[in-house]
Amino acid sequence: MKQQAFTTTLIAYAFLAPALVLMGLFTFYPVIYGSYLGFTDYTVADLATGEGPKWVGLKNIQFVLGDPLFQTGILNSLKYLLVVPILQIASLAVAVLVNQKLPFMALFRVGYYIPVVTSISLAAVMWEWIFQKEGFLNWSLQLLNVLNSEGRFNWLLNENTALWAIMLVTFWRGFGYYMVLYLAGLQSIPAELEEAATLDGASAWQRFWLIIVPLMRPTLLLCSLLSTIAAIRVLEEIIVFTGGSGGPLNSTYTALLYVYNKSWGNMLNANFGVAGAAGLLIALVGFALSYVNFRLTREERSER
Amino acid sequence: MSPQTQEAARLRARAALRKGLGTALSYALMLLILAFAIFPFLWTLAISITDKQASGISIYDFPRSLFPPAVTLGNFFEVITKLNLGKYFLNSVIITALTVVGTLVVSALAAYPLARLQFPGRALIFGAIVSTLVLPTEIAFIVNVLTLRDLGLLGTYAGVVLPIIATAFGIFLMRQAYLAIPGTLMEAARIDGATELQILWRVMIPLSVPSLTALGIFTLVGTWNAFFWPSVALLTNDDLLPMSVAILKLKGQFNYDVFNVAAGAMIMMIPVLVVFFMAQRFFMRGMEGAVKG
Repeated sequence: MKQQAFTTTLIAYAFLAPALVLMGLFTFYPVIYGSYLGFTDYTVADLATGEGPKWVGLKNIQFVLGDPLFQTGILNSLKYLLVVPILQIASLAVAVLVNQKLPFMALFRVGYYIPVVTSISLAAVMWEWIFQKEGFLNWSLQLLNVLNSEGRFNWLLNENTALWAIMLVTFWRGFGYYMVLYLAGLQSIPAELEEAATLDGASAWQRFWLIIVPLMRPTLLLCSLLSTIAAIRVLEEIIVFTGGSGGPLNSTYTALLYVYNKSWGNMLNANFGVAGAAGLLIALVGFALSYVNFRLTREERSER
Repeated sequence: MSPQTQEAARLRARAALRKGLGTALSYALMLLILAFAIFPFLWTLAISITDKQASGISIYDFPRSLFPPAVTLGNFFEVITKLNLGKYFLNSVIITALTVVGTLVVSALAAYPLARLQFPGRALIFGAIVSTLVLPTEIAFIVNVLTLRDLGLLGTYAGVVLPIIATAFGIFLMRQAYLAIPGTLMEAARIDGATELQILWRVMIPLSVPSLTALGIFTLVGTWNAFFWPSVALLTNDDLLPMSVAILKLKGQFNYDVFNVAAGAMIMMIPVLVVFFMAQRFFMRGMEGAVKG
């Protein structure tokens, strides 16, 4: 019997080996070693000469905290969080719309999901044409008499609009995804509840805010958490739309772009110590936000 | 008719009218959202088939540019022959195929002991895999490039694929599938003298095809679309770039040809759309983490 338990253990670890080796090497080790690098002096020049990282304590952390570019990055990443509530409420509203028992609903759902399966690089190609000075957005705004032809501008080259334009693309790629998650949650709301409210004369607006939003709170919070983590880590969007510059005038420079540009995004000047320190600080912000959200959901759980 | 029934009829008619109006409004809204969702594709499609030889063609000449007067497939040929898109397409196919196969093999193997075997260290390993979901992985790419360099894998297909095939999502998806299989089937196989590998291959895998398919499709779409990691892992080797990275390089060139880039975008999008339409039920089931949002 002992022999058999030993064999089972051996087999178990043999099956687990590929996953454990790969995760250890490419997930755990980089987090540990990367954190360590945050407390060392290690640049691309050291890499070339074969010199190892030198311990410098909190020097990088101090440098990063005092770097105006990093401060701008944190600020812009926090600004990016504004997309979360808008995206979540809109996705829930869209889910309610396509949850009606009417013809062609499946068609609309599938259509709304197409941006989700679109690569961010394709989104950048297509949306840059839309945001051009002569692009479709300005043309539509002219049609609606919001803009005249002199007032037109490139939305990605204006420091007041660039970040919002990129957030719009995040919204575009996200609402179909969250719609599907909300559709699953909506199945748990009894139809009688809404019917009763309608009979009592509640408008669609009232039904949404007074019945659906409160009942969907658990799903809303979960989706907000997912969305918050994604928003604070925004990086790809900025790289594809600005080529990694974070421009114009650093108006789209996000926190993680700082990490990228201090390491492989700007390989010849890479400073892995500074990049690691900045990454650690961003991770702390991420943990703090997740903790707040976790506390919110815990209250929710204890209420039930 | 008595006044009361008249009143009731009027009320009913009003309710029906209100409902009809509400439905009409719903459809109007949904059509508007649909336009928002798919307009970029429609415009890009229009650009890609526009015959740029025709005089006075501008992609910004609305609404005319949405309905090209002269249609051609020339842009598609040009982007493949002149800009070498075929090479990048092939890179995308290779990287995606390797990632899908790798993810399926690693997940299917690792999930089996976690779901069905008793052995020391199981809880610890399970906890470690869960913890990857909350680890600050934003700094991992810095070190991963260094590791690949030390292993001599930087700028190779293997260097792109190996770091991304062992995921908590894949392992958990397969574990759930194995847990749903009745234990009696395994016991029967054991009594018949089957080894664990045979049980996995003959019993568990055939009964987990739906989960394997789902995992394969999510991985396929995610890898085909991925931009950041391949752009970093192939920093030193432009020849192996997948389309998702290459298309932005094409567009970054000075004086790039809009029509060719649009054609390239369509070539990259069409395989995803085909897979998505064939497998939409997997996506519409709403699995968290299926696609990065």
